[in-house]
Amino acid sequence: MKRTVLDSLNDGLLAAMLQDDSVLLLGEDILDPYGGAFKATRGISTAFPERVITTPISEAGLGGICAGLALRGLRPVLEIMFGDFTTLLADQIINHISKFCWMYNNSVTLPLVIRTPMGGRRGYGPTHSQTLEKLYLGVPGLTVVAPLAYEEGAGKMLQRIICESEEPVLFIENKLQYLLPLQLQGEMKELDQEISYSAGDLDKRYPIYRFTLKGAPVAVVTLTAYGYMADLARQAQIKLAYDYEIFTELITPTLLSPFELSSVLDSVKRTGRLLTIEEGTRTLGWGAEVSARVAEAIPGLSCMRRLAAQDTPVPASPALEKVALPQVDDIIASVRKMV
Amino acid sequence: MIDELSLYRTMYRIRRFEETVLDEFKRGVFSGTTHTYLGQEANATAVIRSLQENDIIVTNHRCHGHFLAYGGEMRPLFAELMGKATGVCGGRGGSQHLHWRNFYSNGVQGGIVPIATGMALAEKHKGSRAIAVVFIGDGTLGEGVIYEATNMASLWSVPLLIVLENNHIAQTTPSQLTVAGSMSERFKAFGLGVNELDSSDVMQLLPVAQQAISEIRASNHPQVLILNTARFGPHSKGDDTRPETEVAQLKATRDPLKISAARLCKTELVVLHTEVDAEVRSAFAGALSDPFPTAEALS
Repeated sequence: MKRTVLDSLNDGLLAAMLQDDSVLLLGEDILDPYGGAFKATRGISTAFPERVITTPISEAGLGGICAGLALRGLRPVLEIMFGDFTTLLADQIINHISKFCWMYNNSVTLPLVIRTPMGGRRGYGPTHSQTLEKLYLGVPGLTVVAPLAYEEGAGKMLQRIICESEEPVLFIENKLQYLLPLQLQGEMKELDQEISYSAGDLDKRYPIYRFTLKGAPVAVVTLTAYGYMADLARQAQIKLAYDYEIFTELITPTLLSPFELSSVLDSVKRTGRLLTIEEGTRTLGWGAEVSARVAEAIPGLSCMRRLAAQDTPVPASPALEKVALPQVDDIIASVRKMV
Repeated sequence: MIDELSLYRTMYRIRRFEETVLDEFKRGVFSGTTHTYLGQEANATAVIRSLQENDIIVTNHRCHGHFLAYGGEMRPLFAELMGKATGVCGGRGGSQHLHWRNFYSNGVQGGIVPIATGMALAEKHKGSRAIAVVFIGDGTLGEGVIYEATNMASLWSVPLLIVLENNHIAQTTPSQLTVAGSMSERFKAFGLGVNELDSSDVMQLLPVAQQAISEIRASNHPQVLILNTARFGPHSKGDDTRPETEVAQLKATRDPLKISAARLCKTELVVLHTEVDAEVRSAFAGALSDPFPTAEALS
């Protein structure tokens, strides 16, 4: 059986529990045999019954309880079943969790990881399909991270964050990304794409992957995407090359906030064009910030586009959902308009 | 043997600190806002005197009294209210965002209750035998998150004391316009033990607080202490809409300092007042002369 992103995250959680006794898992329906709505915690309550706590449906209260655990020296990991439900603990995230370290003049640490799956494409409808992380990007004191389908960028990164971070991290997973086969370092060489992996620009714990095509001419467009959209962008990159002979570079960060720019900027300096790709709604989104930062850094750069979800709720109907959310073909169409 | 003079000293330190804050605010010495503890001094004094060194206090916007009763010094508190580099949190937090040792405060209503619950759960998990105390007011009963927290505190049996200081008014709104049903029954429904007092006498409050805290330490189960009390000052600086006669009546009948002073030796009180007044003057002048933080302190 091919290992998936979900398997890697599950391994990362288990490894963190093994590595450090102060790690606790909390969340709704996370005990075995169910193991969480998306099975990310499968097996962990069996291995560590004392350190896995199934909870009432009380997201706001749980945010506070985990903050209290973290302020008193433990390393809680909170699962929020659907990313949509993070709004229920927004007060805790914004007015409590992200504030304490700074407003107490760095006299406390708050090692808390809140994991949650965002994203649509499963027909769950308007309140179970959103990509809401843009609401939390730019909140001072909060780190927002999205994994990628590589061992170093999924479970191993999660384990490192749980065991090493001293400040709160919002860890944005994706429902379809769970199912992606995990790319291992050895296998990457077999692909048409060439992957270069680098430690993060701002923080080495958060890798950045750069994709180019093997033996291809100079790339003319920079694509940037994170999370599950990064995988769709990889598919688009191959089709663009084979079907249209348009060569691109794809930059996929794992650290979304605080904002890091240099990998994208270096690439745009080479290509002169930038397409940002995200599953959240377009207006005032991640792509807007990336574009603004690149525009500030490269005066005169004019070829920039944003591809994102339409500014509507996510529909339940598969026919409508396909239109509302960005697809591989939309990425291809956007790039073709740029060259 | 309880040393009432020492309890009185704590209350008088709080009283003089808060009076100085309100007076000096008018002169522009402090920035931002403040919420004074005038009239409620016996609550913090009784509860915090009953704690042990490694116990935890989580409190709210009206937190100066709790901080001073915990043993916090006046100068860094004055300095924090002035936004000085020497403040409790270097001027980053101000009046309602304090952390020192096991003392934590935050200015958003309700959210501190689950945080205190999590802290109590942490101490239980670590086996430290420390308990957490969280102070809330009647106005905070409108925040839903406290019922989530109370449910989990009981479900997981954590060593938590919720002190509900019911001063019968939320900012300017009397509690009969905000609280339905019974305060105590709310908590009993979740399986918490509840004690309720209507007293401003620190000598009546102290044994009740001691009893609750020792039961919590023995049982690891949360309790609530409802302290019916009186707020003498405005909610913040000058926003008291109550008739002056109503406040005067509270001051005449519910002043914890007057109640205690009547039992104490006058000569000792004179000495104590002189000492504390000098402490306040010196702390205030010291804070006033302290430097403001430089721009580098922002990040």
